[in-house]
Amino acid sequence: MVYLTRKAEFSASHYYHNPDFTPEENRRVFGKCNNPNGHGHNYTLEVTVKGEVDPRSGFVVDLKQLKEIMHREVLDAMDHRFLNKEVPDFLHRIPTTENIAIAAWQRLATKLDKAQLHRVRVYETPDLFVDFYGEA
Amino acid sequence: MKAHLTRRYLFSASHRLHSEEMSAEENQSTYGKCNNPFGHGHNYILGVTVSGPVDERTGMVCNLVDLDGFIGREVLARYDHENLNTLKEFAQTVPTTENLCTTIYEIVKRGFRHAHLERVRLEETMMNSFEYAGETETIQIT
Ligand SMILES: [Zn+2]
Repeated sequence: MVYLTRKAEFSASHYYHNPDFTPEENRRVFGKCNNPNGHGHNYTLEVTVKGEVDPRSGFVVDLKQLKEIMHREVLDAMDHRFLNKEVPDFLHRIPTTENIAIAAWQRLATKLDKAQLHRVRVYETPDLFVDFYGEA
Repeated sequence: MKAHLTRRYLFSASHRLHSEEMSAEENQSTYGKCNNPFGHGHNYILGVTVSGPVDERTGMVCNLVDLDGFIGREVLARYDHENLNTLKEFAQTVPTTENLCTTIYEIVKRGFRHAHLERVRLEETMMNSFEYAGETETIQIT
């Protein structure tokens, strides 16, 4: 089994707000991130797949294909978007780094054929990242 | 759904690697330049990984305000701009980055209640880093 990681970057804006909370609760729990006009980040998406090395190609997965799938499924939807308003995944989920990693996983998991998705890592800043392994 | 969250912190501290149980020659051959009696310092990069179910109401494993507050109070306030050899946990223990890494792990494991601690990673320089995930796993040096 070999693990392979491909990286991509996208920029998006978001804010944190739960309509079930009172305005005070929203401010207390989410702080500055509650500003309804949103703010943005340069996100880094790292997708790790695992699989056996194909003896003919020497590849776990065709990197060009993986790159295309990441762009089609994740970046085309999220890059330069206001996540709360433009990405259906976040209509009823707050676009935290945790939920972005989960959404990226859900968008990618069924689209890979040869290799298996192992981990999705999303950096919000160099000092904060979330890993999702598909655990329930 | 369960996710892992890693937060990175920086602090600077000095230390001297020296064991009272070793002779001067042995200290020199074991610790080399790090045995310099006046000590030397590093910019440490600390990575704290916690895990847990993503709270549906907040979208979070744990609120970063809680994690930053805890690490700030219990770890950074304790070690940033200090001489590690002068602290009581290193009175009998050599302040190698291995020992500092496991000490920080124990502080977080004992005191942080908002999520499960997965591991602590400590980079001493760009060339070396250490990870500790508790007793069941051994320290990994990379
Ligand atoms: Zn943000």
